[in-house]
Amino acid sequence: MAEPAKEIVVDPGLDETIKKLTPKKIEDTINKVLTKGAAARLKVYMQTCVHCGLCSEACHFYLSHDKDPRFSPVGKVKQTLWEIVKRKGRVDGEFIKNCSRIAHTECNVCRRCSMYCPFGIDMAYLLLLVRRICALLGVVPQYLQDTVNSHAVTMNQMWVKQDEWIDTLQWQEEDAQDEVKNARIPLDKEGAEIMYSVIGPEPKFLAQLLGNISIIMTVAGMDWTMPSFDGWDNSNMPMYSGDFETMARVERKHFEAAFKLKVKKIVMGECGHAFRGAVYDGPKWLAWKEPPVPLIHAVQFYYELIRDGKIKIARKFEQPVTIQEPCNIIRGRGLGDMLRYIMRATCEDFRDVSPRYEHNYCCCAGGGVINCGPPWKKNRVEGNRVKAEQLKATGAEVVITPCHNCHSGIEDIVNYYKLGMHVKFFSEILVDVMEIPEELKV
Amino acid sequence: MYEFVSGPLVWISFIVFIGGSLYRLCSMHKLAKKEKVIYPYMSLKYGLRSIIHWVIPFASTNMRRRPLMTVTTFAFHICLVLTPIFLLSHNILWYQSWKISWWTLPEGTADIMTVIVILAAFFFLARRLVLPEVRFVTFASDYALLIIALAPFLTGFLAYHQWLPYKTILILHILSGELMLIVIPFTRLSHMLYFVFTRAYMGSEFGAVRNSKDW
Ligand code: SF4
Ligand code: SF4
Repeated sequence: MAEPAKEIVVDPGLDETIKKLTPKKIEDTINKVLTKGAAARLKVYMQTCVHCGLCSEACHFYLSHDKDPRFSPVGKVKQTLWEIVKRKGRVDGEFIKNCSRIAHTECNVCRRCSMYCPFGIDMAYLLLLVRRICALLGVVPQYLQDTVNSHAVTMNQMWVKQDEWIDTLQWQEEDAQDEVKNARIPLDKEGAEIMYSVIGPEPKFLAQLLGNISIIMTVAGMDWTMPSFDGWDNSNMPMYSGDFETMARVERKHFEAAFKLKVKKIVMGECGHAFRGAVYDGPKWLAWKEPPVPLIHAVQFYYELIRDGKIKIARKFEQPVTIQEPCNIIRGRGLGDMLRYIMRATCEDFRDVSPRYEHNYCCCAGGGVINCGPPWKKNRVEGNRVKAEQLKATGAEVVITPCHNCHSGIEDIVNYYKLGMHVKFFSEILVDVMEIPEELKV
Repeated sequence: MYEFVSGPLVWISFIVFIGGSLYRLCSMHKLAKKEKVIYPYMSLKYGLRSIIHWVIPFASTNMRRRPLMTVTTFAFHICLVLTPIFLLSHNILWYQSWKISWWTLPEGTADIMTVIVILAAFFFLARRLVLPEVRFVTFASDYALLIIALAPFLTGFLAYHQWLPYKTILILHILSGELMLIVIPFTRLSHMLYFVFTRAYMGSEFGAVRNSKDW
């Protein structure tokens, strides 16, 4: 099976960068990664995996490609890491390019497979190691690398400058005031209860979500703030490219913003990977056992608001809805029940998915895959036919995606497979159905 | 020849097996300590929770999805471990050399268990050859390991029924058993040693950090 997986994708991030590699550089980098830091888990996982293939059916790429073994978790590790270890790092540029294609664009590091392996081998971790090697060699899909560069320079994902950031918040604050009296987005309020943080694409493309949160916070009477300075962006693409040094800088900055504002907790917007970075990957790399400031995901926050009656539901959303369960908050944090609670509280006709909870399929956009950009889009939507089938089977007209990656990924799938569904964030439903108290009505 | 394989070589293989296993576990422990993030994440409660779910047949989703594989693999592993330990003739040998003995399996049962191991090994072989997702990740060494695990049982079965020249088969039986013991710590057969640790680690991550189940 030596033929390339699919049609050749042109990506200067891979095609051009490998021209600069020398055999020595490749070998040295690989040996550094595989002997330092990664040694224990890598060794044990390599020795324990009995090549049984039982993890295959966990992976949506494998299922969507009619069980092509090249897309199974262990198949992907075989084509990359096993070969690297076997050849003691003596591989060429083309090989590294292939590694990046597999690890960056054909795996969402969603960790579904570690629930299917009898030994609990973390294949996602192994594929992240491959990404790490590629990143240190500078071989990363160009679009993904651009977001990483943006993180490194501006501490946010989208090259947003501080004045643009503040401007966007003020604009959204004004918009929110059209809906709710006294709606605010309080900037830099020291000692507030909550710091609310979002990902870079919100001010860039989805500013109305900032308006939504202003409405929700105002109605719920929360004591909250957002930083006007770096650290407002909680997204983290370097975590996925394999540039862990930059990943750590981004995570640190995010928490430092919270310290500076002396808040009690951080509430994060509807994004899964950002949550994973802040709760798990970031702290782990920084050798913190827990995040230094308590931090909750939007789903949990909305759950608490509705449960405690801080937000009341005026009328329920009527169209049939279903959900896309983001791996990083469901399998990664067990928020499945809270998500269902808020869905049922706000929607008349909630259609559950199957498989669900921990076993839900990934959106195929997460793990940095969607950030690899347009060249890899076809590969991505074709890699998740099973998701389209899963959503279609619910018969719903609206899909709620409490995660940015899921949102964009599902939109692409809905279009490609002509599912005729609308994709929404939960906050869009919430502002639509919640009760605005008399005194706040405009 | 018989004297050698059933005397000094037994000692050697047990020493290599036990010493090698200890060595592998110690070096794993040392490496894991260096990685800093492993031990702090380990949780006894969630580690055990995960191990228990994966040693009970059909307790995990993937096991329920593949009933034939589940039944086969459990039968194979149980028989593979228990038969040699509780076999009457092995016990007699231990009694002769070290004056120790314990409960033994009725001979007929032991015979059936041996057959189970042999049949299961052929099932695994067939899987490797037939299923594309398994064949794709199969190395020559996977066949070798399967043969190494199968050999002591196949020869043991032949020796017990005395279907082929007894003495030769017996020597082959002892040799293959010794070979298996020796290679366990140094090959993927060491999944036997690592199982609890990989499982416990993943169980801890899923339970304590991710608040979810890993089965
Ligand atoms: S995409 Fe998910 S299931 Fe597939 S190999 Fe990667 S982590 Fe495993
Ligand atoms: S990772 Fe686990 S399930 Fe997959 S082939 Fe290896 S041992 Fe089997």
